[in-house]
Amino acid sequence: MRRRLYRHVAAAPGEVGRDAAAEAVGVSRSLAAFHLDKLVEAGLLAVSFRRLSGRTGPGAGRPAKVYRRAEGEHAASVPPRSYDAASRLLAEVVEKAGLDRELQAAAKAAGAAHPDAAAGDMVEVLRARGYQPFWDGETLRLHNCPFHALAEEFPALVCGMNLALLEGLAPEQWSPTMDPCRGGCCVALSKNQSH
Amino acid sequence: MTSFHLAQVNIGRTVAPLDGPELADFVAQLPEINALAERSPGFVWRMVDDEGEDATGFRPDENDDMLLINCSVWESVEALRNFTYHTDHLRVLSRRREWFHRMVEAHQALWWIPAGHRPSIAEAMERVAMVREHGPGPLAFTFRDPYPAPATAAQV
Repeated sequence: MRRRLYRHVAAAPGEVGRDAAAEAVGVSRSLAAFHLDKLVEAGLLAVSFRRLSGRTGPGAGRPAKVYRRAEGEHAASVPPRSYDAASRLLAEVVEKAGLDRELQAAAKAAGAAHPDAAAGDMVEVLRARGYQPFWDGETLRLHNCPFHALAEEFPALVCGMNLALLEGLAPEQWSPTMDPCRGGCCVALSKNQSH
Repeated sequence: MTSFHLAQVNIGRTVAPLDGPELADFVAQLPEINALAERSPGFVWRMVDDEGEDATGFRPDENDDMLLINCSVWESVEALRNFTYHTDHLRVLSRRREWFHRMVEAHQALWWIPAGHRPSIAEAMERVAMVREHGPGPLAFTFRDPYPAPATAAQV
């Protein structure tokens, strides 16, 4: 249940209150609060206080605790592996060699060759790959960038690779475009008009 | 009040002449991206040639007809970083190798200028040369190794 709570908060585009989290997971408010605070202790969620009612001044009530995904990254690997160090070196060399287009071609092919490519449920496919998709009107935006640390260091290279990967992965009725949203992924997906 | 602004220059050698089919997509997107820069938070100024639209008329190296220059001024490194990597500009940036050769040597520089100053081509090229010769430092640096603005009282 703690995992479901984490997933709900992490995937939400904004901060989540205790009531909303409890409702989403189907448990009581006090049980949700207990586990949310445990996730904060573990450093996986961050907490702040906000008046959810929008009222201010006397009678507005005590500010509620709201939760969001913590900034830090956590990875577990047994035995220890450090693919991040290797990926940073590889990215540096690819960037210096000017191989953007070769990387994009490889990413697109890898996306298209994935068993999930052309699968029916794009939201599920993106969720399974860690993008944490959410609907913004007709547009599917991605709350998480699976390549965040690398994209911060090599934005042009890595965001271009990510766009190509999603172009390969998305069935043809979808159009992935570069449309950066703050804190999330630089790619957004919309459905083509003809479908 | 900020008394220093951030100047930015990058140079690039196109893979083909500007009026050819290879560069058509790049040229077509220039007005849109320049307009986006101008309405981005923290934008101060950008260098334009005699045509007044963009800087594609400039050739910073008279012996190299394919070398273009792009130079602008921003309120802070963060403002420039936001425009460069967190707007639609990223869409164009990710296609850079379709239009520009990779450069072995440093091809960009950031430096602090007194607010109100407008950098010249010679000054900008000199800053690129500084990064080339000495690596990033307080007088000419990069996104990856930024330096803070000089203290207000210091002389530049």
